[in-house]
Formats: sequence, structure tokens, C-alpha cells
Amino acid sequence: MPRKRLDLTFPPRQSLKPVIYHLVKDYDLVPNILRAQIHPAQEGRMVLEVTGTKESYAAGVAFLEGQGLTVSEAASDIVLDQEKCVDCGLCTAVCKPDALTLDPEAQTLVFDKDKCVYCEACVIACPRRAITLSF
Amino acid sequence: MAKTWEEINARIASGSAVVLTAEEFAAAAADEGVSAAARRVDVVTTGTYGPMCSSGVMINFGHSDPPIKMGEITLNDVPASGGLAAVDTYLGVTEPSRTRGIEYGGAHVIEDLLRGRAVRLRATGPGTDCYPRTEIDTWVTLEDLNQAYFFNPRNAYQNYAVAVNTTDQALYTYLGTLLPRLGNATYCSAGALSPLLNDPTYRTIGVGTRCFVAGAPGYVAWEGTQHNPHPDRDENGVPVRPAGTLAVIADLKQASPEFYSAATFTKYGVSSFMGIGVPIPVLDEDIAATLALTDADLTATIYDYGVQHRSRPSFGTVTYAQLRSGCIEVEGKQVPTGPISSLPVARRIAAELKRWVAEERFTLAPPLQQLPQVGSQSFKPLEVRTGEAI
Ligand code: SF4
Ligand code: SF4
Repeated sequence: MPRKRLDLTFPPRQSLKPVIYHLVKDYDLVPNILRAQIHPAQEGRMVLEVTGTKESYAAGVAFLEGQGLTVSEAASDIVLDQEKCVDCGLCTAVCKPDALTLDPEAQTLVFDKDKCVYCEACVIACPRRAITLSF
Repeated sequence: MAKTWEEINARIASGSAVVLTAEEFAAAAADEGVSAAARRVDVVTTGTYGPMCSSGVMINFGHSDPPIKMGEITLNDVPASGGLAAVDTYLGVTEPSRTRGIEYGGAHVIEDLLRGRAVRLRATGPGTDCYPRTEIDTWVTLEDLNQAYFFNPRNAYQNYAVAVNTTDQALYTYLGTLLPRLGNATYCSAGALSPLLNDPTYRTIGVGTRCFVAGAPGYVAWEGTQHNPHPDRDENGVPVRPAGTLAVIADLKQASPEFYSAATFTKYGVSSFMGIGVPIPVLDEDIAATLALTDADLTATIYDYGVQHRSRPSFGTVTYAQLRSGCIEVEGKQVPTGPISSLPVARRIAAELKRWVAEERFTLAPPLQQLPQVGSQSFKPLEVRTGEAI
């Protein structure tokens, strides 16, 4: 089943729990919150990964928009700047899901974005500041 | 079968020297045997690319009109030493910026200069009869500087520690982020490619050795600070802990950002990746035997960085082959590992140095003076004393 990453912006004081609940219950989507920035008095941001069929995905997005949320597809991202990276490998020591690993032979950095959970551990670990999160 | 430095240099000069990197030599020795490889090969090149904090550049700015005796000096807001002659300075890589802290430091200024960028120089002076100016605010590029050369008091550590953390909190160290409860282990050495691991008793590397420094031809200037020939050695005579070090010197103007990069370690400070490579002459079978050692033969000692004392408890040793496999065992626990020293760049350095020796006739210099050898000096800690106790 396809998996998509959504970038949600929602108005202050919007309660998200029922919204997520409806995605599961009424639209048959499996959501996974990757990152959230919620201050009750301010606009909130959330990166949500959803798994489901194409149809339920479209219906789910329409539902979210109907609830007053702004939805865009995966605007936020963990970005690796190859120009800055020196292949030191230090980021691989903090990446628990093994999204960042070293090629066993070449010992160069390999980034498998599908495994990334947006924890940002690598962002502060990289001495070259080669990994950034664009939210 | 012993060869002399002169014979090897004659072959380099005529373009007929056989040069291999340390990795290639180990493979050749495994294939044809150490003695055959020792006879066939003249020079083995090494390389390392890790963060080396004790580094920096000597700079002469030239005189302004009217001239100034610079006291307080900053380059892009990073303080540089005013404790030299009027327009000389030393900029250390770990110096943080006054405005951006450790996100931009001496190392970043040096990288900017190497990349051809203009850097803002501001200085004040006391105003003297011969140096009347009291303030200057201008921009300089690497090309503008009369002299700019690396003078690195401690580079190319011979072996290093493996760091782990047994506490319940993450630690931010010069060996990276150490996750709590033995969550990871970091290490920092080029292993079998590392210069001083290939000459463990400093037979061929000494004062005056020609070497590769950040892409420029340079020299070993002296023993490095904290050079300590004494730590425990394995059955091959190779230290299993941090031991010897090198002080090196080279022209910044001939260096390349491909082999020099600024670094920031979160909650620790600024440092820089420094590319160092040393060519080693295959004088005899003894040298060849150590050159043939691989990551499976070289070991490092695991230390608990959760204990903040000068002597940290150790969890024994592991080989570099185990470290490179991505997982080691510590106290019965499987611990994922991560390097800090870049092996891909270390390989490029050894390959580039091989090209210098084989194609550009980069001849070797026997040591003018040996580095302190085993038994020659003791390594002293700093005791905290009061004036009365002296
Ligand atoms: S954000 Fe976390 S999971 Fe993603 S690559 Fe970085 S350390 Fe790995
Ligand atoms: S820590 Fe940074 S420089 Fe090192 S391999 Fe990872 S991304 Fe590259």
C-alpha cells in the first residue's frame, strides 16, 4: 500500500486527536506522526506519514482540509548536502533506524530516506552541519 | 635485502619507484608474502582525515599606511593571537566566533580563506611612535597575505580511544554524541592507513620528514604535543592506545579544501578535519611486516567517557576490523559503532600521495632528528597546585 508524507498546518487551539482518530476509523489510513510542533496559542505544524489506498488517501486529505488544516505533501525533509559531507560516518552512530549507514566496502555514507523517522539526532551530530531539516 | 634511502630516492627521481598505498601493500603482502613485497615495493603511502583540534595558521598581513601594531585581532569575528610582532598572528582552529559561537570558528575562517573568500580583518593597537594607527577594519583574501602557513602542534595521533557512555544521559564530546547506557561507540583512526600506526616505533618518521598536509607538501616540524611513546603495545609493537603525535608545517596557499574542512561538535566546540599523509620507505622486512598489518591486526582500547576523570575505566580492546563491521561487544552488550575519521578521504590522501611520489618525483627525507623513542621521556599530567605549595 502506498505511503505518503504530509505536512500539516493547523490553526491555534485546533484539537488534533479527533482528526487523527477519524483518519484511522473513517478513512482506513494508518497514520504515523513523525514530527510535531504544537503551541496551543499558535499555528501548529505536523509531519504525518499515512499508509492507505489511493482512494482513501484522497478522501482523507479532503477531510483534513475540510477541518481547516492546510495540507501539503512532504514539504519538510531531512536534507543531506553532499558537498559538505566528508563521509566521516559520525551521523551513523546516532541514527537508530539505520537510515544513515556506511557502505561496507567504500565506507561512504548511504542515506535511505524511507527509514528516516525525523528524529534529528544526525542534524546535531554532524560536525559538518551537512544534514538539515527543512520544516 | 635492505634498501637505503638513497637507493629509494634515486628510483623516485628516475620515475621507476614502485609505490603502493598501505592498503594495497597489505594486500600484496598477503598475496606474495612479506619478503617478496618488501623487495618489490619501494614506498608505501598512508593517509588520515580526522578532526585535529591542535591546528592553526601563522599569518602575516603586511603593513597598512600608517602602520599599526595589532593587539586585539579578529578575522570574521574570530579572535586571533595578538601576542606576536606587529602584523603577525596565529589563528587556532578551535577559537569560537564572538558572534556565532562554535558554529563558526578559526577552522571556518581557514576554510573560507582556502575557498578564496574574503575575510573581514579588524584589529586595534596601542598607537606607538613607530605604529601610530590604533584601529583597522578591512578585508583580506588568502592571496593578499604575505605568509599563511599551517603550524599544527598536534596532528595524526597514533591510534585513538573508542568512546562509550555508561551513564543515563547522552554526552556531547569531541568524539561525537555518545548515547546513554552503551547506546553506541565512536572511534577515530584511519586504522591500517594511519601514518604512525604504519611506523609504530618512529623509525622513518621524524623531524624533517616530507609529508602531505591538507593537500600541500609539508614537513614534520617536531614531535607533536602530548607525544607519548610509552603506552601499552601489542605483540607487533603497535600501541593500543593514543601514543605518538606529529607537529606539522605546510603552506596554506598550496592546500586544498578537498583535504581540509571545518567542523563543529555540538556542545563541545570547533575543530577541523585535517588531511595528513606520510610516505614510508620500505627499507627492510621489519618495516614491511608492520606496513602489512591490516585492520584485523590493529586494536584500540574502549573507554567510558561517562567517567569524567583523567584516567577513565577501560573495557578492553577491539580490532579496527570489528569497529568497521558496525557493531562491537561491550560488557556482553551489542553496541553499534560509528567512525569520526573519514576512511574514504584517507584513501584519497594515500592515493594522492602515491601519485606525488610515483609521478611527481616527491622524494623522501630521512629524519634530521628522531622523535622521542620508547624510554626517552615521561608523559606528565598537570597537577593543580596553589602558590604556597611551590
Ligand atoms: S533524522 Fe533521525 S532517523 Fe532520520 S536520518 Fe537523522 S538520525 Fe536517522
Ligand atoms: S556526520 Fe555529516 S559529514 Fe559525517 S558522514 Fe554524516 S553527514 Fe557526512
